[in-house]
Amino acid sequence: MHPILSALKHHKATVALVVMEIALTCAIVSNALFLIGDRLSNMQLSTGVADNELIWVRSDSLREGGTSGGAMSLEQADLAALRGMPDVTAAVRANSLPLLNASMWRSGISVQPGLPKATFNSIAMYLGTPGIVGGLGIKLEQGRDFLPQEYADYSPSANQAPPSAVIITRTLAERLWPGQSALGRPIFMGEKGKYVTHVIGVTTHLLNPTLSGRTNSEDNLLLPVRSVPGGMYVLRTEPGARDAILRDLPAVLDRVDNDRILTGSDSYARTVSDYFHDDRALIWLLLVVIGCLLALTALGVVGLSSFWVQQRTHQIGIRRAVGATRRDILRYFQVENFLIVSGGIAVGLLLAVAMNLLLMKQYELPRLPLAYLPVAALALWALGQLAVLGPALRAAAVPPVVATRSV
Amino acid sequence: MFGYYFDLALRSLRRNPVLTALMVLAIGLGIGASMTMLTVLHLLSGNPMPERSAQLFYPQLDPQGIEDYREGEDPPTQMTWIDAMNLLNARKGIHQAAMSGGQVTVRPGQGDHRAFYVDARFTTADFFAMFDVPFARGGGWSSSDDDRQARVIVIARTLADKLYGEGQAVGKMLRLGQNDFRVVGVIEPWRPVPHFYDLTSGGYQDGEQVFMPLSTALALHQGIGGSLECWGYMSFDNLDRKTAPCSWVQFWVQLDTPAQQQAYREFLLSYSQQQKMLGRFMRPPNTRLHDLMGWLDYNKVVPGSVQLQTLLALGFLLVCLVNTVALLLVKFLRRGGEMGVRRAMGASMRSIFAQLLAEAALVGLCGGVVGMLLTLFGLWVVRQQPAHYAGLAHLDAPMLYATFVLALCTTVLAAVFPAWRACRLPPVRALKIQ
Repeated sequence: MHPILSALKHHKATVALVVMEIALTCAIVSNALFLIGDRLSNMQLSTGVADNELIWVRSDSLREGGTSGGAMSLEQADLAALRGMPDVTAAVRANSLPLLNASMWRSGISVQPGLPKATFNSIAMYLGTPGIVGGLGIKLEQGRDFLPQEYADYSPSANQAPPSAVIITRTLAERLWPGQSALGRPIFMGEKGKYVTHVIGVTTHLLNPTLSGRTNSEDNLLLPVRSVPGGMYVLRTEPGARDAILRDLPAVLDRVDNDRILTGSDSYARTVSDYFHDDRALIWLLLVVIGCLLALTALGVVGLSSFWVQQRTHQIGIRRAVGATRRDILRYFQVENFLIVSGGIAVGLLLAVAMNLLLMKQYELPRLPLAYLPVAALALWALGQLAVLGPALRAAAVPPVVATRSV
Repeated sequence: MFGYYFDLALRSLRRNPVLTALMVLAIGLGIGASMTMLTVLHLLSGNPMPERSAQLFYPQLDPQGIEDYREGEDPPTQMTWIDAMNLLNARKGIHQAAMSGGQVTVRPGQGDHRAFYVDARFTTADFFAMFDVPFARGGGWSSSDDDRQARVIVIARTLADKLYGEGQAVGKMLRLGQNDFRVVGVIEPWRPVPHFYDLTSGGYQDGEQVFMPLSTALALHQGIGGSLECWGYMSFDNLDRKTAPCSWVQFWVQLDTPAQQQAYREFLLSYSQQQKMLGRFMRPPNTRLHDLMGWLDYNKVVPGSVQLQTLLALGFLLVCLVNTVALLLVKFLRRGGEMGVRRAMGASMRSIFAQLLAEAALVGLCGGVVGMLLTLFGLWVVRQQPAHYAGLAHLDAPMLYATFVLALCTTVLAAVFPAWRACRLPPVRALKIQ
């Protein structure tokens, strides 16, 4: 060990540069790995609905002086026509869907009456017409589906009493009544909590239309309504029939009434995939950067080691001549590389934590879990050994006779 | 002299093609990654109105209730209808305009054309003069049109050509929703980046296709959309935008001189005090007057992810540079013998130094070419993304020059230390080893 260290002392500048390069690579790679893990965990969230079986379509009627009754009967006629399409097993109307990435109504709610301000704010409100739970494929963990008489005329923007029944997510239930069953409990809404509705069911999962940050992504209420003005039709079908249905939709709706604008329709699976497009793009970008960085560092190490081997050919010959085996020479370069890489990793881990703290402050990222650090360290050690193997083997192949030649 | 250095450099680089390629590639990768992100950042944080941005201001007032009042909090980002109209009618600026965004339903007359939505801007007369909107034909409307709720519109040329054919639109009637409007002007394609005058629906959306007097749109219930921020409990169905305690109007004012700007600040303050005396405002005067670039900053238009990626790219460039420094150091030190000979023959330390830098500059130049190609590729990848700004990601002339300057400067800078080390080697020692 000692001779290696004293040999390195002769190349302070070069060693410092390699240590710096490895440190920077280590810091960037561990933070990039962490970002990838963070995005991946977001992408694996369950939406809570039947992702691969849904299709949605938005349509705006252009009929003049539309009364709410007229709009409602058009909704009914549209739904009937959509249900009549082949392979469509259910058609309902909803105001939004998980990960639709559109704004939606949010409200404050309380679990006690008469409070001047709501205790839980910014709770998303899902509205759905009869059949919404089965139509979307929402899975109930406790309680029951809505009863036909529970569907009411309600608009969250109208400051009126909500339907008498509500279904909430397990996460929200746990937030509202920690450790207790939510079934049958009242939720208070509106000014000073003057309106009340009761929990009749709890879903395993139902994501919000948009995710902001990492928390409260399932803070929502599902309310049973009779019609959803400005909402969308959601159809359930088999995955194989989706394209045909999407193609035929406009004609089917136009046969009901063609004075309308279809503002959008898509398969829900594509909608979810679109939602995560930026995350996927970032993951690819990070992977490319990690790959380039590691390749660059490895090539840098190869270049330096080759230079050192060449420079020390004479010394290697002397060592071989006085009895060092090929194995010793090989070991020498491997240990040297290990020492340098270890130095780089030591500095790099500190840099990684510092970089993470900076990112946390600037971009609201969570703290870097320490588990990522050993992964990056191991990767760099392995990379260093791999890079030095070629030059070290070349060094080991130097015959002792070289020592007797004067270069 | 330089010719000789470059000749030497070329020979030396050719002697080690693998090492040279490695260095060029490293520089190229680093430059390509950082220039791609810097170009996107440059584009997104650009000045949408370079000639006038310092004269355009966005005032803010605070008409909210006293219940949630906390001192020092920022006022709402938009105005109520009443305040916007009061400020508009006070005419304290060179130009001023109130506005909101939304959608209108275009219903082309001729039989088989289906109706469609286009983005619309509902605003007041000064909008076009204040923002220097380029007209192809016709012009804007007058403030008396605003007062009379005249049914006039200005449309974008793409829409005009699509509906009426080239140059035919002015004077024609167009049905939007349930009403007919007379086209008074057609504007050339106009898309400020960022979309500074209304950031409520994203910072980089396309320009609007239809412009309509705000008062007309309100009276006819044309689709005013955009963000609506209200305080207190109320029904949003059949909302009366003129009286509701909601902020939804954006207001811009042009103030040319510092004196005018100071006077406007005082005017906002005295207006707030007056409204408080009248009982309309509850809070103590809480006003802001951002200039255009300040407003963009305040709203943090540049997406965080772009900043993060730029940071990443610069970090990447740093690693590439450290790598280059190490490789150059190795390369220069290895040539101790050659330099020893040159020194012994009478070359000064300076000329050795210059020769080594010339060699690095050559590497930098090659790296710049690789970097530019990679930047073009990177921007092409950015353009394939679905983000609003994606289509704008192109390399302009200044950024093209910047690519080469950056490549050259960073490489030469990276070479300073290795070259200094190499030319300090005493010639005697170098020769002795030989």
